[in-house]
Amino acid sequence: MAGQSDPHPSHFSAQEVEFMAEDEIIEIVPNMKMEPLNLICGDYGPFFPQMVTQVPIWLAIALKKRGKCAIRPPSWMSIESLTRILESERESQEAFQVLPFHYVEISRLLFDHARDDISDIYMVRSLIEDIRDVRFHKVETSLESFEDARSSAVRINNLSAMEVNIVRPFVGRALQAFYKHGSPDLIPNPERVSNSISNRWQQAPDQGQRVC
Amino acid sequence: MESGSGDGSTVPKMDDYESLISTTDVEHLKRVWRREKAAPEIFQFESALIGRIKEQIQLTEETVEEFVEAKTDPLTVSLYQMDLDRTQFLLRSYLRIRLQKIEKYMFHILKMDELFNRLSKEEKSFAERCCDDLKMHLEDCVLSRLPDNYQSILKQSIISEETDMVPKPQLDTFVVCKTKYYLGHIQLEDGDNGNPDDRGNQRHLEEPFEMEPNVLYFVRYKPIKKFVEEGKIDLY
Repeated sequence: MAGQSDPHPSHFSAQEVEFMAEDEIIEIVPNMKMEPLNLICGDYGPFFPQMVTQVPIWLAIALKKRGKCAIRPPSWMSIESLTRILESERESQEAFQVLPFHYVEISRLLFDHARDDISDIYMVRSLIEDIRDVRFHKVETSLESFEDARSSAVRINNLSAMEVNIVRPFVGRALQAFYKHGSPDLIPNPERVSNSISNRWQQAPDQGQRVC
Repeated sequence: MESGSGDGSTVPKMDDYESLISTTDVEHLKRVWRREKAAPEIFQFESALIGRIKEQIQLTEETVEEFVEAKTDPLTVSLYQMDLDRTQFLLRSYLRIRLQKIEKYMFHILKMDELFNRLSKEEKSFAERCCDDLKMHLEDCVLSRLPDNYQSILKQSIISEETDMVPKPQLDTFVVCKTKYYLGHIQLEDGDNGNPDDRGNQRHLEEPFEMEPNVLYFVRYKPIKKFVEEGKIDLY
């Protein structure tokens, strides 16, 4: 009711998903000496020059912005690993490859704030974009199979946080509609079968599906 | 504060020793924040957790002040400040979502003891005041001018059998969730829970749903409600 109220309190914004990703742990190589930090979210450090240490991404980026460290990109962000993932991603029509839950946000944050720490950044970037595209396309096509998902549960293994967040509003509503309209048509019921209205209802969700 | 780590609290179960020692309060707060945000219903207020978080925020605020006075390295100060900001954001967002839910479903919450007891002391008085004010306002502006049969704030007209003007949380909403455990035998269909909706009874009985650990699912909220309240299933 207040002006600032979020119209969809139950949906996460992209910024909120990024906020969660910023708590993921990453390796940095500091170039200065600093006492340990006893933060509310945990204890990190002490920091010594050239000694690898692990911190949350937000902390790594804060240090990086001030030129106090180099960030070590996670191993899955290497060209070899990404090429392999892209290939398997293209090979399989259904399955999604295992990637970190926050791969979209983490890679984006590192591209934005630590470009000089990523070797072959253009290659890495285009590989990740390709992977994203292939996966989003797969998400879209797999939505069609939701048509026979009249059940109350749909498995979405290995989908990442951002992917989930993008499909959530639509898929959530669609499944709810299937659920609502689904049941009376499943069991032949003489009263309902003869009723033309119920036949029309049967088709309605189908059309909704095609639209996407 | 009432009912600290009472029933329905997500503070982790004691048997999960490893996750207990390795998880910070912020991590728990993030979990309950996500759950509160993703689920249609309001959960038990996490008074013990919120109390601890508030204490830590206060302590860190004092530390930051001391640092500033002692002219500590500005970098260290700014890192502590950032940590503080992040925690405060989570706390505010958590409280705010709860207020939004209370505003939206206040008549329903006030009617159901089970839901009302989930609120903190402050939330309870907010809900009551909010309800009184809205009732008074609507009665003054609209209801008192309507025909006698249509003056209830809870019912469309006096012939309504139920309180059909009260917004209720949609428990049929689908949520994204994951569990750390293997959960077999989740009954996805409502079965008999006093819902007079005859559609529900015609639905064919499905196999009990098995939830594998660490796999994401879209699931209708109602069948897993119990597990979410127990903290066995996390929402994303």
